Amino acid sequence: MQVLYFAWLRERVGAASEEIDPGDAATARDLVERLVARDPRYAAAFADMAAVRVAVDQEMCDLDTPIAGAREIAFFPPVTGG
Amino acid sequence: MTVSVQREDFDIAAEIARLTAADADIGAVVSFTGLVRQMTADGPITAMELEHYPGMTERALEEIAAEAEARWPLQGVRVIHRYGPLKPGERIVLVLTASRHRQAAFEAAEFLMDYLKTRAPFWKKEDHAGNARWVDAGDADDSAVARWKR
Repeated sequence: MQVLYFAWLRERVGAASEEIDPGDAATARDLVERLVARDPRYAAAFADMAAVRVAVDQEMCDLDTPIAGAREIAFFPPVTGG
Repeated sequence: MTVSVQREDFDIAAEIARLTAADADIGAVVSFTGLVRQMTADGPITAMELEHYPGMTERALEEIAAEAEARWPLQGVRVIHRYGPLKPGERIVLVLTASRHRQAAFEAAEFLMDYLKTRAPFWKKEDHAGNARWVDAGDADDSAVARWKR
């Protein structure tokens, strides 16, 4: 699945997007745990999970939403538009 | 078209004219414009960069506009949100609401802005003379949107 990063999450990960095999990660939170274990860049990006928001297939949801079948997951800080 | 996400500036008077021409029953038009501030607690802003999530931004704004039209009797809604590099004083966002009487237009405009501030995927980066920092989301916006919960 496509994983997208925005704002300072994107800066810390060092990429705007990447194709990732979720493996057996059932939720967005599971996926983050796997990424954090993989590389220190992710540990820095996801250090404060309270500051992380997620959208699955372009719908805002929460970290415990199931991600099976999703094409696109995006991680970002709380929005600051307007 | 109700929602636009674009780099370019917008013309408020032209947008109001277009909105009111579309329906003869409009008695009230409310307009909100969001601007890039010139001064913050961290000093003057020299530039701002607005990042967004292409695809999701349009969709989120359309959902918010549809919710406003479902909750209030409106003759029209228009939302324009810019992205990209902006300078202090420039226009960022426009919300227009039109209705027969003013209460619906006023309330819907507030609702649209409160939801936009908490749900539309944009992120602001402020530059203070070479010192760039991402703006933090405020608690005030979460409190504001809570009052619209049913």
